[in-house]
Amino acid sequence: MASYEGLSAQEIEEKKNKQIRKIWLVAGYLAVITAIEFAIAFTSIPKGVKNITFIVLTIVKAFFIVAEFMHLRHEVKMLMYAVVLPMAFVLWLILALLIEADAIFNVLFGG
Amino acid sequence: MATNSIATNSKRGLWGGGAEPLKASYGKLMMWFFLVSDALTFSGFLTAYGMVRYAYPSFDATQPFKFSAEYWPIPEKVFAAAPFITAEAPLVFVGIMTFILILSSVTMVLAVEAGHRGSRVEVEKWMIWTILGGLAFLGCQAWEWIHFIGGTGPESPYLQKGVTYLGASLTQNQYGPPPFADFFFFITGFHGTHVLSGVALNVLIFYNTVMGVYERRGHYEMVEKVGLYWHFVDLVWVFVFTFFYLV
Repeated sequence: MASYEGLSAQEIEEKKNKQIRKIWLVAGYLAVITAIEFAIAFTSIPKGVKNITFIVLTIVKAFFIVAEFMHLRHEVKMLMYAVVLPMAFVLWLILALLIEADAIFNVLFGG
Repeated sequence: MATNSIATNSKRGLWGGGAEPLKASYGKLMMWFFLVSDALTFSGFLTAYGMVRYAYPSFDATQPFKFSAEYWPIPEKVFAAAPFITAEAPLVFVGIMTFILILSSVTMVLAVEAGHRGSRVEVEKWMIWTILGGLAFLGCQAWEWIHFIGGTGPESPYLQKGVTYLGASLTQNQYGPPPFADFFFFITGFHGTHVLSGVALNVLIFYNTVMGVYERRGHYEMVEKVGLYWHFVDLVWVFVFTFFYLV
């Protein structure tokens, strides 16, 4: 994160205030998104649309946590890719298992 | 040989040793790679949950909802209780748990930020809040489990082979098909274990900070490394909240 070496007391204070403001801003985003999710759960929007909204909002929240709280956005690009790209395997896993689930459903409940 | 070593020294670049790969210290890098593997583990759990859920019939929304082993339950009907209130409060309690964990993640970043400035008093203060947040979350989860295992009232018994059943175990439960409770115990339990070990690490960091270990070392990088783990625990909960309670 931020290096404080060679900074004057006033510069440190400014940098600190900037950092802390940003932390609370991100915290605010996370709280607001969770509140929105909670509110959407009790509306009469069709289930499919609801679920897609939940998943999109979850990914937005995950982005804020990983990028800002875990500071990944400010790391070297290569480290970022090393962490994020392996998650592509998960997409394949989801697809494969949902296809599998469809087949199981047909066997058990005769689709 | 002498000329050889001189030649390597003069051309010592990224691969010559002594440099931090990816400009991250060894400990931080290893923490990141551990978290990648842990993320894949949790992805496996949640995807398996999705698969089993998708392989069961979903509830016919035109009927009034009733617990049955024939179809997958609607989560907000299962998790509709909160301590101290008798009225139905769907998802309220788990919403509070989510806020607690997000807040303890915020206090953790604040501790990391204080660590960068080398401010011992502030690191101590924010670590205490983080530990309290973690403990509060664990307490909530304990309540949630007790409630889930104990069951909700005699008016919603689960009938299996002519025998009524209240609450949940690994073999049967009143809410839905047996895998529903199995996944609940497995996924929230595995996450809870992560929170527990996270709290233990946070206590260790707090202890070391109080004892002045990091002050003597000259940096508070340990706070940052454990912070990464703690944020990851929060991150996993965000996904568990969505896929177990909302979807």
